[in-house]
Amino acid sequence: MEGFLPLYWCVLWYAISLPVVAYGAYKMNIMIKENREILPLLAVSGAFIFVLSSLKMPSVTGSCSHPTGTGIGAILFGPWITSVLSTVVLIFQAVFLAHGGLTTLGANTFSMGIVGPTVGYLVFKTCRKQNVNLYLTVFLAALFADWFTYIVTSIELALAFPAASGGLLASLKAFMGVFAITQIPLAIVEGAVSALLFKYIVQLRGDVLLKLNVASQDTIKRLQEASI
Amino acid sequence: MKLEYITLAIILIFIAAFAYVSSMGNHEWGGADDQAGNAIDKLTGGTYQPWAHSIWEPPSGEIESLLFALQAAFGAIIIGYFLGYYRGLAKAKASAHPEERQ
Repeated sequence: MEGFLPLYWCVLWYAISLPVVAYGAYKMNIMIKENREILPLLAVSGAFIFVLSSLKMPSVTGSCSHPTGTGIGAILFGPWITSVLSTVVLIFQAVFLAHGGLTTLGANTFSMGIVGPTVGYLVFKTCRKQNVNLYLTVFLAALFADWFTYIVTSIELALAFPAASGGLLASLKAFMGVFAITQIPLAIVEGAVSALLFKYIVQLRGDVLLKLNVASQDTIKRLQEASI
Repeated sequence: MKLEYITLAIILIFIAAFAYVSSMGNHEWGGADDQAGNAIDKLTGGTYQPWAHSIWEPPSGEIESLLFALQAAFGAIIIGYFLGYYRGLAKAKASAHPEERQ
């Protein structure tokens, strides 16, 4: 999608995303310095984005798209830090795979690195307050982080290319038809795989989850003892 | 093991949906990105030309899939390494202090 966004939008999305990623990098640095123990989980979260965003999967619409993998990072470290992880993956794909692009990097970072993880984070927090089962919560958070990434992509494209007749909404419908529907089955699979990875993290590093304030001691202990 | 089965079931349903759609007609299975490009063409009447091009493109589909596979492999190694490392650590801890086991 290199060059697909007009210059104006390219600059605008860069201007919005850059400060967020910069602050995320700053936060990440502090977190790593204060707590070396989290480094492996940070690597796992980044690696998960790497794996999932490399998988172009066929969907029910007869076209292919790929999941984002940002849900786990958003849950463990929050949207700020996840925006940094996503940007690394987006740059890698733009430079080596001609997938995405450097001119669209700002827009892609905004959708995949910022809005997606923020939505996932909010879903996670809301479900935790309602005492929804933790794994179901992770499933939902990852699902919506994935799905909203593509909804925002559709909005970004609609803003840049409003239809001559029907304007913004007609364009939005066209782009949502391409992205949002294709993404639904992928988002469900991503949610399930994220929940599974989260289960292993709960089992193996419950102590770090506690430190990151992801779940309470009781919840972690209960989940570790349950053989789900 | 319950969550593993649920995940497996969801993946199987996904594959079944793909098999069903695939058998129901001719689909190109192209990237959603390309379709978005087509949608832009339609909306602008083909007047919009991308103003930049990728600084480097994989010279062929084979090389592109190699790079995607490497990306996935690289990520999977990191995940597997740390999960395995932690699992081994937990096991060693459990056998070193059997009285602490619950």
